[in-house]
Amino acid sequence: MSLVEKHQKLERNSVILLIATTIAVLIGGVVEIIPLFRTETQIKPVGDIRPYTPLELAGQNIYVREGCHTCHSQQIRSLRDEVVRYGHYSIPAESMYDHPFLWGSKRTGPDLARVGGKYSDDWHVAHLKEPRDLVPESVMPSYSFLMKKGAKIDDLGSHLKALQSLGVPYTDEMVELAQQDAIAQATGEARTDTSGLAERYGEKVNARDFDGQPHIVSEMDALVAYLQVLGTFVDFDAIKDVEDEAP
Amino acid sequence: MTTIASTASGTASASPDYNYKVVRLFTLATVFWGITGFLVGIVIAAQMAFPDLNIEPYLSFGRLRPLHTSAVIFAFCGNGLFATSYYVVQRTCGVRLWSDALSSFTFWGYQIFIIIAGLGYVMGVTQTKEYAEPEWYADLWLTIVWVAYLLVYMMTIVKRKEPHLYVANWFYLAFIITIAVLHLGNNISLPIDLASAKSYSAFSGVQSALIQWWYGHNAVGFFLTSGFLGMMYYFIPKQAGRPIYSYRLSILHFWSLIFIYIWAGPHHLHYTALPMWVQTLGMTFSIMLWMPSWGGMINGLMTLSGAWHKLREDPILQFMAIALAFYGMATFEGPLLSIRSVNALSHYTDWTIGHVHAGALGWNGFITFGALYYLVPRLWGRERIYSVKLISLHLWIASLGIVFYIASMWVAGIMQGLMWRSYDDMGFLEYSFVESVMALKPFYILRVTGGVLYLSGALIMAYNFWRTIRGEVSAKEQPQIRNAQGVAA
Repeated sequence: MSLVEKHQKLERNSVILLIATTIAVLIGGVVEIIPLFRTETQIKPVGDIRPYTPLELAGQNIYVREGCHTCHSQQIRSLRDEVVRYGHYSIPAESMYDHPFLWGSKRTGPDLARVGGKYSDDWHVAHLKEPRDLVPESVMPSYSFLMKKGAKIDDLGSHLKALQSLGVPYTDEMVELAQQDAIAQATGEARTDTSGLAERYGEKVNARDFDGQPHIVSEMDALVAYLQVLGTFVDFDAIKDVEDEAP
Repeated sequence: MTTIASTASGTASASPDYNYKVVRLFTLATVFWGITGFLVGIVIAAQMAFPDLNIEPYLSFGRLRPLHTSAVIFAFCGNGLFATSYYVVQRTCGVRLWSDALSSFTFWGYQIFIIIAGLGYVMGVTQTKEYAEPEWYADLWLTIVWVAYLLVYMMTIVKRKEPHLYVANWFYLAFIITIAVLHLGNNISLPIDLASAKSYSAFSGVQSALIQWWYGHNAVGFFLTSGFLGMMYYFIPKQAGRPIYSYRLSILHFWSLIFIYIWAGPHHLHYTALPMWVQTLGMTFSIMLWMPSWGGMINGLMTLSGAWHKLREDPILQFMAIALAFYGMATFEGPLLSIRSVNALSHYTDWTIGHVHAGALGWNGFITFGALYYLVPRLWGRERIYSVKLISLHLWIASLGIVFYIASMWVAGIMQGLMWRSYDDMGFLEYSFVESVMALKPFYILRVTGGVLYLSGALIMAYNFWRTIRGEVSAKEQPQIRNAQGVAA
């Protein structure tokens, strides 16, 4: 009965009850979450992991806006069938520049963590315009309006700046030249000078006219640029030799 | 029948001057948003079977999905929690709700939050984090409303006439304070510009995933469980006319529930890039959570002992009892799905969708309907509900709808999971992804049917309320009233 008697104090003093409740609910979160911020220092870029280019970031924001993550995951679990179907399981560093993570929780469509480079730009453009033209049984909505809509690139500098202050290693130069880099990437080296873009984001950056409409930097350009870079930063074949030696 | 009809009478002459006006507003909002949320649910369920129903850009699945989840969780359940918590805190503390102005502000402020969040989704404004999709400006506004809610609730408790704080209030209080903590923790973000809707989460990758599911799972734990247990602890004893089965059990399961729930989030991230020890910790606590969850179910169901005859006749009590049964089922299924090897199959599939709907449609929906049927005649000072038969009709149509829904999603989800992992004789994956999409179509259609039934039930309820509020009693049910109470209705 002593438990009940002691508890009566709490039932008669609402402020103490409120405080006790708050403490009870804080403990679990503190124990689980805080250590992850200590290991944060251990999550380091692996391979060629880099922040997204301004155009890819604009693409990611379209991906977010349209809620692509409600049907597509970006997290390959360390299970045999997933690795066979989608490629190497996802590692922490691969989403370290995603604010927030886009792992998703449902696969109405397939995982996209490593979709980059698997299909051609033309395929992506045709598929986004009308998925059932390419996959008759698909239940994906069509996104043909992305072709006609110009990507909003004039404020990309402020996007990069916000991410910079959250710890993404964008240089001041990258922030300043964000719009210019986006145009260069969507135009391609055949028609413009992309050396600055390559200097800032690496030689491997995909710079080309993604949507086949050279006169416009469309939202389709941005989204396809984003999709084509997903999962391509780390060359797992190079790491594989090391893994094979492990017991 | 007569007993049910007469339970609704005799409360109009309550001695303190309770603030029922704000409770009435929240009650109407609960019905309105419930119907809206169910309707959007049917639309997106139909889109998954018939993709041509997507209307780009504003009405495609990706934008409507958060509209559905937010409308049901925050608008329907949220308004239900406001309505019942404001009613319960007044009745159990024996005082009028503190500050008419501030409580009225929580009503209008909360509706404004729902509207700006919902409009945002359709326009493509989202933070992506499940159940925390509203952008920074909506989050700030909600914070203000929530602080006002906590203040109104706490101040009412502080000036109470009853020295002992009834158990329902502990659960409501835990819901309000924990949701505040979760909301603040998960929504830390940096807007790119104060004139822009867009912000970036302060956390990235693995950390943001863990913080999101710490939030996401406890939105279930505290919004949809703790708050609704508060509802259960008041309305079931009231409707059954019996005291709570065990006071000691309520103490035990209250503290263990709120302490354990908060650890369970990482079970949403099995086999991902999240460190293994956090996954294991989340799984362990999820399994432990089974016990306090069932503590609440047992305490509620056993409260009906000695009132079993009422359960046979009273559809309001039937709503509440079925709600507890679904609560028990969902809180058994949850720990099961949190086990790593089960999760390997179920995660990313429709099994999860079925699971949350067992909870949302069965537990949250039914306990809310029960509470609303209890409240409406009392709040509007009516002798009784318009038609008890229509309550029964609602109950059976909605129950059938849930069965259609969860059974189809169980089959769909397990089939999906098995198809993804099946190999042929040569050791290759047997099915392409799109083959699993094709296999789901009949179940998606069946699910739509379940949703339509559930919505129909809610429309019947709205009709019943409309007639009740107008002070009418169904012609078929009138003679019984006259016989029972000796007066003409």
